[in-house]
Amino acid sequence: MNFPILSLITFLPIIGAFFIFIFSSDKTESKNSIYVSLFTSFVNLFLAIFLWYSFDKSTSEFQFIEQASWINGFIKFKFGIDGISILFIVLTAFITPICIISCINSIKQRLKEFLIAILVLESFMIGVFCSLDLVVFYLFFEAGLIPMFLIIGIWGGPRRVYAAFKFFLYTLLGSVLMLVAIISIYWITGTTDVNEIYQIKIPEEFQYLLWLAFFSSFAVKMPMWPVHTWLPDAHVEAPTAGSVILAAILLKMAGYGFLRFSVGMFPVASDYFVPFVYTLSIIAVIYTSLVALMQEDMKKLIAYSSVAHMGFVTLGIFTFTTQGIEGSIFQMISHGVISAALFLCVGVLYDRVHSRLINSYGGVVNILPKYSMLFAVFMLGALGLPGTSGFVGEILVLLGAFQKNYLVAILASIGIILGAGYMLWLYKRVIFGKLEKKELLDLKDLNYSEFSILFVLAVLTIIFGFYPNLILDTIHVSVEQLINNYQNNLILSTLK
Amino acid sequence: MENLNFFLPEIFLSISIFVTLLIGVFIKNSYGIVTKIIYAVIISSILIIGDNFNDNLTLFSNAYTSNSLTNFFKILILISSIFTLAISQNYIKENNINYFEYSLILLLSILGMFVMISSNDLILFYLGLELQSLSLYILASLDRDNLKSNEAGLKYFVLSALASGLLLYGCSLLYGFAGSTNFETINQNIDGKNIGQVVAMVFILVGLAFKVSAVPFHMWTPDVYEGSPSSVTSFFAVVPKIAGIAIFIRFMQIPFQGLVDHWQPILIFISLASMILGAVAAIGQENIKRLIAYSSIGHIGYALAGISTGVIEGYKSTIFYIAIYVIMNLAMFACIFLMKKDGKYCEKISDLSGISKKNPILSICLLIILFSLAGIPPLAGFFAKFYVFMAVIKENMYALAIVGLLSTVVSAFYYLRIIKVIYFDELQLPFDNIKNLSISITLFISCLILVSFFIYPSLLNNIIDVLSIN
Repeated sequence: MNFPILSLITFLPIIGAFFIFIFSSDKTESKNSIYVSLFTSFVNLFLAIFLWYSFDKSTSEFQFIEQASWINGFIKFKFGIDGISILFIVLTAFITPICIISCINSIKQRLKEFLIAILVLESFMIGVFCSLDLVVFYLFFEAGLIPMFLIIGIWGGPRRVYAAFKFFLYTLLGSVLMLVAIISIYWITGTTDVNEIYQIKIPEEFQYLLWLAFFSSFAVKMPMWPVHTWLPDAHVEAPTAGSVILAAILLKMAGYGFLRFSVGMFPVASDYFVPFVYTLSIIAVIYTSLVALMQEDMKKLIAYSSVAHMGFVTLGIFTFTTQGIEGSIFQMISHGVISAALFLCVGVLYDRVHSRLINSYGGVVNILPKYSMLFAVFMLGALGLPGTSGFVGEILVLLGAFQKNYLVAILASIGIILGAGYMLWLYKRVIFGKLEKKELLDLKDLNYSEFSILFVLAVLTIIFGFYPNLILDTIHVSVEQLINNYQNNLILSTLK
Repeated sequence: MENLNFFLPEIFLSISIFVTLLIGVFIKNSYGIVTKIIYAVIISSILIIGDNFNDNLTLFSNAYTSNSLTNFFKILILISSIFTLAISQNYIKENNINYFEYSLILLLSILGMFVMISSNDLILFYLGLELQSLSLYILASLDRDNLKSNEAGLKYFVLSALASGLLLYGCSLLYGFAGSTNFETINQNIDGKNIGQVVAMVFILVGLAFKVSAVPFHMWTPDVYEGSPSSVTSFFAVVPKIAGIAIFIRFMQIPFQGLVDHWQPILIFISLASMILGAVAAIGQENIKRLIAYSSIGHIGYALAGISTGVIEGYKSTIFYIAIYVIMNLAMFACIFLMKKDGKYCEKISDLSGISKKNPILSICLLIILFSLAGIPPLAGFFAKFYVFMAVIKENMYALAIVGLLSTVVSAFYYLRIIKVIYFDELQLPFDNIKNLSISITLFISCLILVSFFIYPSLLNNIIDVLSIN
């Protein structure tokens, strides 16, 4: 296939944003820009689904490869996908139109700029998952900071400036070390092409420091304990659509980065640092779950639960078993859908009451029955009820973990119980109970667009829960290849 | 005599300066016409240089050299001078500094830079340097009735004279050791075994570092940037920096080639100190011109990091860096000339507060420029830093690379602060609506380059690759 479909998917949103920037005059501003952005994002979604459809699931080779000489011939602009990245592209293309629909009602000022920022961000995020060259990856990975910084800072809550700065500087600080590592990889191997680096194999003595440099970036982005503190702030202050993108996609870049780069390029170092990652993951799972229990702000609670769920992801990746890695990828996709939905649910209440505090609600089920029903689906998905997508991810990760280390697996299981604790308690305090607050009495139930968004997400949660093969089929071959590569490298290094 | 062809730009510039001077003296209110003539002179000089761009040759018994490297820098100087002149026309007229001497002195300093860049001899080098510096002192204090401008000029003069003195002392010492003032002969005759040679080199380095305002010889920069009229500051921030970096490269490349072990640690220190100071000291600034002064100190630190590698890749990355730096600073000053409220130019960062609501185009340009200055991809500023650190890491100078990149994070903070003021804060007073074609064009071209640079970054690299650096 010669048609540059990956570049099209990547740059189409930017083109859409450009059109909004140029052509919408002040008077018809919001309408035109809404149409253009919806059109762009839906076309992109169809392209992504088409890409998934035409994707060859039986090979672990990179597909749809596009390359062009870029920096003076020594760094190529290379795009390509395999079973791991395709799903994240689809996820990104799927979440963006949802964000756009959700923000039409809730963003009151400067909607046009907001849509431009979202579309530009979409481009950068898809670029991250498409790129097969370290420098190109870094370019998109960092570039995403600019629109996200603006989204939090312009449309955020009262402490938005603090949150935006914290988000930007934390991530930048982690990433610059990755840049040093990328440049050193170029001078060690003579290329930054990921596929070539897989073949060449980075010498063992360099792997440890390089792994740490990449880790510093991904751990901040993931976020792993103890560098997770930017996330609750960013989530709480960001507008709903911003939180959704942050939770659903931006965090996944780090998980993807671990799989593609840390495990793929530095297998020996990855193996060496397993205990370290396990420790951090377990602390993340248990500690942040406990912290989530005590939150009074709904968004903060979900933010901490995200950290806990990401702890499962890192745990799964570093088990290096088929179940563990597939479970992490599944968990990332499922968390992408569920956390997006949860933030949208909080957004629904916030738009009506303008409070995110748990104790300003209670008895919502009496007036918002449809909403409570859908919220229940996502709540149960987040705590990993069988039949929802959350269950599949967690059980696979635990299956993987049990093969490697009983203690870790048992501790992680405690996290699931705590997860059930904070989610159910949240649901009980917000939805059930007596309707006592006067300002809640005249709330209206979900309108058409809110209902359709949440409904689609709920259907996906349940479909993935009952038919996980939809995702697992796509990733299976690539994951096997990743693990084989890892094991071969380990054997080679022990032979030495 | 045929070879005089290669000295033609300088001859042409000198003759034009005399002719325009006469025109300026004999015609009343001659600022407009002199400036127009000077545009023409600059453009013709570009054409003259472009004609012999790739020819490599030395003149006047090896005292003067002309090759593609010097020609590249000269063209860069001329182009950026045109833009700085063009964007500051409104400012010059409205602040009543439209003396015809303004553009004439500007041209004189360009001539000085030309001589300096092309010099292959200590004496010629010093002549060029002083011609440039003297013109700059006058420019700094051009706003005669303004106390701050006078202070800036005087401060610049006193400190710069001191630096020149040190430099001159270094030159004489070097002559004593090498027995010649010619760069190539010096290179052959000194080996660094005698401590006196190193002392001479250090004195010359101090002088050069002063001219590009690298730490610890940066003290004059914030005051001079703030005190001088903005039109002059825009020139200061761009053009002398190009010349300074050019002569830095020429010195490290030819006379001091053999002393690389001695100057490398010094340059690494200067570079690190400039990066860190540029990042930290800018945080507290309220005046945008002072902030740019500190940010330019930081940027010079990155440019010097490339030179401090002592290899050709490093020099190339520095040239690359300085070219991008010029574009970013031109764009930044174009924005500063649009910062006008109630008919008065303002310089406070707080004046930018909330302007994104009323001046969306200006705000988006500032956004692009500031993120580019901070080195965030995919903007051009990132590639500049990327090339420099490519070269630095190739030479295994990891400490320099890591500290440098960490200081970009610190410096990102103050660039973000301006963006915060523009986009997150409440609107106080919108800027006047200034319609100025040259500012718009400059802003448009430079922002377009900054944004679209990532599509084909090799373009600039291909030009730099063929320059004769050896």
